[in-house]
Amino acid sequence: MGQLKLSVNGRAVSRDVPGETLLVDLLREHLRLTGTHVGCDTGQCGACVVHVDGRAVKACNVLAHAVAGSQVTTIEGLADGGGLHPMQQAFNENHGLQCGFCTPGMIMSGVDMVQRYKAAGRDLDEPAIRHELEGNICRCTGYENIVKSIQSAAARM
Amino acid sequence: MYATNYHRPATIEEAVSLLTGNDEAKALSGGQTLLPTMRQRLAAPSDLVDLRGLPGMTGVSAGDGTLTVGAAVAHADVAGNADVLRLIPALAGLAGRIGDPAVRHMGTIGGSLANNDPAADYPAAALALGASIVTNSREIDAGDFFQGMFTTALEDGEIITAVRFPVPEKAAYAKFPNPASRYAMVGVFVARTSAGARVAVTGAGADGVFRHSAMETALDADWSPEALAGVATPADGLLSDIHGSAAYRAHLVGVMARRAVAAAG
Repeated sequence: MGQLKLSVNGRAVSRDVPGETLLVDLLREHLRLTGTHVGCDTGQCGACVVHVDGRAVKACNVLAHAVAGSQVTTIEGLADGGGLHPMQQAFNENHGLQCGFCTPGMIMSGVDMVQRYKAAGRDLDEPAIRHELEGNICRCTGYENIVKSIQSAAARM
Repeated sequence: MYATNYHRPATIEEAVSLLTGNDEAKALSGGQTLLPTMRQRLAAPSDLVDLRGLPGMTGVSAGDGTLTVGAAVAHADVAGNADVLRLIPALAGLAGRIGDPAVRHMGTIGGSLANNDPAADYPAAALALGASIVTNSREIDAGDFFQGMFTTALEDGEIITAVRFPVPEKAAYAKFPNPASRYAMVGVFVARTSAGARVAVTGAGADGVFRHSAMETALDADWSPEALAGVATPADGLLSDIHGSAAYRAHLVGVMARRAVAAAG
């Protein structure tokens, strides 16, 4: 299959992986970046959301080889230096989680939606956040504080 | 997922040669349908040929009363494109409601049309707008392209490169999404074109997307939601499953069509 080369959290990565390797498996099994979770494994739940070239994608629904040459950012690469990313900080302050399993995907989707709305000059209000979270499922149903967290982060991003 | 060989051809010719003469090879675009299908082991292609990097498959262009969308353009990029928003806002709106944001970043218009899922959104737009499906070897009228559930006029090794939409006078899409999957339980795309009204229905037909000629006749006489009030939609040939009976879908076709005409104005 040949060497797969890409950038993960700013580091150049080169791996020899089979063609059927999913991006989420490259991250978790080969690179040991286990912050990206596998929830449903059917592309529905969003626990595996990462950014590819700055856009949110479901890492269980993308082949690793299909993102060769791309910049991938996972939850581990979100914080810049020692401090938390404003979205992580907001989830912390607003208790935007219950069991925490969906949290990495919620945070990556949250960052993506804030960036998109800011770039388009659109207001990310509460109904917009709820609509944007269509592809992220929290089985604890902890949406109230997740929405509050994203709202609070949007104000400081 | 079963083992598979991944290919990223640099040219259309290379892609065609990888796809022809190999029954087990499959074209891959955004993969938002194909990869889940492979993970459920409902498909096991020996080779995947990634079409997204091919030249001439990206970008949106406008001119001569048409809007041309590259086959590898993701749903999010159709939804946010200035030309699409200006010329066929109904198409941008449709693209912006497919799946969820992460799916819209990967899934492509060419992939959706080639798959021809009976509950997909894009087939309704292509059929109602009278789009041309441009491939590496010819142009296929949307009316000839869709040939039943998951079946199209595409031949072996034939690759969609772009979709050309004639710009309508007005158009709108109304969708009743399945509350879990967000696929269309029923979606109706209405368009008023220079050749008359066109109504295409997705999500409802057992053979996939279809035109509703009775509604088209009614709208040709009077473009208004009220004109559709007396137009029947027979339940024969409509899908019936755990999400809704054929009779329920037939009713939804009428409701969605009236909403679409009202939204088109």
